[in-house]
Amino acid sequence: MQHSNTQDTLVGLFVASGIAGLFFLAMQVSNLSSFTAHDSYTVTARFSNSGGLKVKSPVSAAGVRIGRVSAISFDPKTYQSVVQMTIDSQYNTLPDDSSASVFTAGLLGEQYVNLDAGGSDEFLTDGSEIEITQSAIILEKALGQFLFKSAEEKK
Amino acid sequence: MTEFLQQLGRNTHTSFTKLGRASFFLLQTLSGILSVLARPRLLLNQLYSVGVLSFLIITISGLFVGMVLGLQGYYILSDFGAEETLGVMVAASLVRELGPVVSALLFAGRAGSALTAEIGLMKATEQLSGMEMMAVDPIKRIISPRFLAGLLSMPLLAALFSAIGIIGGQLVGSGLLGVDEGAYWSQMQSNLDFKDDIINGVIKSIVFGFVTSWIALFEGYDAIPTSEGVSRATTRTVVNSAFTILGLDFILTALMFGDD
Repeated sequence: MQHSNTQDTLVGLFVASGIAGLFFLAMQVSNLSSFTAHDSYTVTARFSNSGGLKVKSPVSAAGVRIGRVSAISFDPKTYQSVVQMTIDSQYNTLPDDSSASVFTAGLLGEQYVNLDAGGSDEFLTDGSEIEITQSAIILEKALGQFLFKSAEEKK
Repeated sequence: MTEFLQQLGRNTHTSFTKLGRASFFLLQTLSGILSVLARPRLLLNQLYSVGVLSFLIITISGLFVGMVLGLQGYYILSDFGAEETLGVMVAASLVRELGPVVSALLFAGRAGSALTAEIGLMKATEQLSGMEMMAVDPIKRIISPRFLAGLLSMPLLAALFSAIGIIGGQLVGSGLLGVDEGAYWSQMQSNLDFKDDIINGVIKSIVFGFVTSWIALFEGYDAIPTSEGVSRATTRTVVNSAFTILGLDFILTALMFGDD
């Protein structure tokens, strides 16, 4: 086989476009670009029911994503769900009396933790616990209560 | 009855012997890779004939597969009012399954068959024996560069296939059917994971590239040196590669995406 410059160029182009494809997949398609490697701190919150919350679910404040859920475990003593969240260090001025609630994005969307800022002068730091929490609204439970109530009223 | 049993035994014996030869061949090929790295020109030539010449079929197929996924996905998802998740559907099916599998099948048909025919013909015209006469190891000179080229090209081709398919899905989805472009990309980004989806897809394509090149080169090297033998070997390459790719895909999928 003869060696020619065109062939070299074409091989170069092929390899470059393949790598560009991989790069495109990594950056544009997956969540690698939003993956934050910079500093973060961890806070916990106890919910009586964390619903469909999953590890990696977003943690947001005022609708802006500020962190992710890093672990969810069940406390066998208090029968509560312990949700651990990592929050980006740039948001280190959240008051320590902020409240956490589990919300659903849209009617059928994924669940996320919403933090409502409180009024305290002390800030949440690594390892601190959010005291005021509101559990996930379980749709079936709410529907059941509603039906029960409307049946009561009819009597 | 005894004849049948004899035949069965003979067939089993032949297939195990062939598998043994194939494994030995693979070991020889792998040990020849080091000497290829010392002569990158050989590898470059093969990258051209294996990779660059497959470029067009892969990109065009990728575009059309992505466009079809966009159309079909839109029809199904719009029944549930979830057109915005079209991007997730297109990207996940391409990156996890269709990208590696379809490009490997195309690769087996386009490059694998060519490799088998080339090497089978070299054997039939006694070029391989001629090389041995001149104390040139045909495995190191002919087989290993082709193997390495197949192994390197496959992940690149699969990545191209997926990337172009996703763009094709976006062209149809938001250009033709009116899915919001921002939703297409943002839903995709929030639902696809780099490690779980992209890296696993790349691993799959590397495995497929390994297996396809192995089968193609071995069938060529092991072909009966007649024109009929070469034609049979070429057919076997495509058929066996397709079986192996699809079978391995099932196993790899079960291993990778099992718990989630």
